[in-house]
Amino acid sequence: MKQAIKTVWECVRTVSGDNAYERYLSHHTQVHRGIPPLSRREFYAQMTDQKWSGISRCC
Amino acid sequence: MGRRIFGIALAVIAAFAVGGIALQREEPINALWIVVAAVCIYLLGYRFYAAWITAKVLSADATRATPAERLNNGRDFVPTHKWVVFGHHFAAIAGPGPLVGPTLAAQFGYLPGTLWILVGSVLGGCVQDMIILFLSTRRDGRSLGQMARDELGPLGGLAALIGTLLIMVILIAVLGLVVVNAMKGSPWATSTVAATIPIAIFIGFYLRRLRPGRVLEGTILGVALLVLSVWGGGLIDQHEGLRTLFNHPGPTLALAVIAYGWCAAILPVWMLLAPRDYLSTFLKLGVVAMLAIAIVIMHPVLKMPAITQFVDGTGPLFSGKVFPFVFITIACGAVSGFHALVSSGTTPKLITNEKDVRLVGYGSMALESFVGIMAMIAATLLDPGVYFAINTGAGVVGAAAADAVQTISSWGFPVTVEQMQDLAKEMGESTLFARTGGAPSLAVGMASIFGTSFGRGLMSVWYHFAIMFEAVFILTTVDAGTRVGRFMMQDVLGQVWKPMANTSWYPATLIASSIVVAAWGYFLYIGVIDPNGGINILWPLFGISNQMLAGIALSVATGILVKRGKIRYALVTFVPLAWLALVTTVAAVQKVFSDDPKLGFFAGASDLAHKLAAGTLSPERAAVAPTLIFNQQLDGWLTAFFTIVLWFVICDMLHVAYCRVRGLPVRGSSEAPFVPSKLNAFAGSGARA
Repeated sequence: MKQAIKTVWECVRTVSGDNAYERYLSHHTQVHRGIPPLSRREFYAQMTDQKWSGISRCC
Repeated sequence: MGRRIFGIALAVIAAFAVGGIALQREEPINALWIVVAAVCIYLLGYRFYAAWITAKVLSADATRATPAERLNNGRDFVPTHKWVVFGHHFAAIAGPGPLVGPTLAAQFGYLPGTLWILVGSVLGGCVQDMIILFLSTRRDGRSLGQMARDELGPLGGLAALIGTLLIMVILIAVLGLVVVNAMKGSPWATSTVAATIPIAIFIGFYLRRLRPGRVLEGTILGVALLVLSVWGGGLIDQHEGLRTLFNHPGPTLALAVIAYGWCAAILPVWMLLAPRDYLSTFLKLGVVAMLAIAIVIMHPVLKMPAITQFVDGTGPLFSGKVFPFVFITIACGAVSGFHALVSSGTTPKLITNEKDVRLVGYGSMALESFVGIMAMIAATLLDPGVYFAINTGAGVVGAAAADAVQTISSWGFPVTVEQMQDLAKEMGESTLFARTGGAPSLAVGMASIFGTSFGRGLMSVWYHFAIMFEAVFILTTVDAGTRVGRFMMQDVLGQVWKPMANTSWYPATLIASSIVVAAWGYFLYIGVIDPNGGINILWPLFGISNQMLAGIALSVATGILVKRGKIRYALVTFVPLAWLALVTTVAAVQKVFSDDPKLGFFAGASDLAHKLAAGTLSPERAAVAPTLIFNQQLDGWLTAFFTIVLWFVICDMLHVAYCRVRGLPVRGSSEAPFVPSKLNAFAGSGARA
């Protein structure tokens, strides 16, 4: 039960983008070792700009 | 075996529910029948048709690495769990369209619209979304326009670009009109909608400066503030001085929406658009879930007849016979071409396994279609007389309440002035007559559903909550659409003068934004000053443009399937394409060539010109007549243009298909080469289709 709640909560965080920065960090440390990652603020700013530079909402 | 029994059980329940709807012809039916039939049909479509398409038509291959895996950069290309992608994709495609279309189409009765929503989505819309998503995933997430150019030719690409830009303009105008009509003369609605702007800006700062990227926190805080603003709007409505501050006629509100749209387009996204979108997504998912639960709890009886006399084309909300206009009016919810743009945008970059397209593409659209079914239920559970009184423009039934109820009652849908006054009082509005656009009647429907299920005392709060919900939704589309329109406009202008294409050059941004806002602002303003409500002109135009875009998307899909050598299987997209081409063309021909001034754009323009020349119009009407005449002619030309663009693309596709069948040279496939997947290494052996 506890595990199920945790899975759902993680899913909610991922869908909403709440844990996007954590996921970026884990990707970054795996792939680009040695290069300093973006700060949380920089990352959020970049993500927002990127999301809204194409068609991401509909009728 | 278990799955087979499940499938058979679904089929039996669906047959039973549809049979129930079909056989109870002379007595009112319960909405629960429709809900059950719809859910079973979606599940059947998903379980069998979608599975068959993924396996046989698309040959989705779990062992093939998707762009998310190959190009993983931790940002836009990220392999993501299929349920998360489903959530993202649904949030992106679900807009106000499926709420408004079915509400308007309810003038034909509940049956035509409901059948089209179900059949159109299962065989058309869901298929389109899924196949475009798949094709884009195979092409590194290329956009519909790029795929059209690569696979069909430059003409197809250009058609997709122009089509998208125009549909954006019409879409924003019509949605703006819906919001304006919901706020017109209602201080409560106006102040609540106005409050959403500072709330969004506050959340924008919160997410950018105070607690960067804490999306859930910010969203929950924002939604709490929005709910407070609904309550606060009620207080403002009680206060004599504040009340007048927010009590405005349509044209003033239209100008406010236009000014707002312009500001939103030039402000940085994090300030207004991004936070508004978080709030709107949260509300959207919450309200959809709440509505589904409440409909099951309340299981209302539909009061609208299955079919009304207006199928003959004399409908008061919009003119035109049930064929082809029910198929034009309900675009979102059944088949929406716009979805093809999202399916070939951010979503394909998140797909981990090609087989996920069934859940993400087909499943999301089925859910969106279900939202359309709920909107249909909310519209048809109202007394038909009330429904028509709210949704019919003053130009059709007369501005005086007594005239309106008399006309509407003479159609066989009895309604009284007292009934309307009581309802308006219950909803906290001064009047509910002639509140065209669909939002107010949907809000009354939703308020009665929520009120009955979760507490009747707060009817007026539920009503304004529903209005706020629709407005937040719509304004997000206005913001996002204007922004996308701006990028496209810069793209087009950049062809003429290079610096205009530079998105970080502020003057270019200003000019392109102003052009886009002026374009939709024009249609919005004309719609507001039109005494017939404007929606009767703009909504069919929107429907035609959206179906045209669907036609382009399905043409691209059919062309690619034929090129892959799957000629027989190409029928899965060709049949919906043929149907859409038929309804769109018939509707467009009627809108352009009909002699009926209520139906044909040019006939309407010349009828008004005659009346103006003869001096039979009232002074206020005569003042706006020249503008309306010009606008109807413009709409006529636009409709003709949409149809021609659609047929150009279809011919382009047929030419490519002909060459392929005859063995003549065609453009090579733009599919990315096969790379084995490491993520889904085990998926190939054990996984089912």
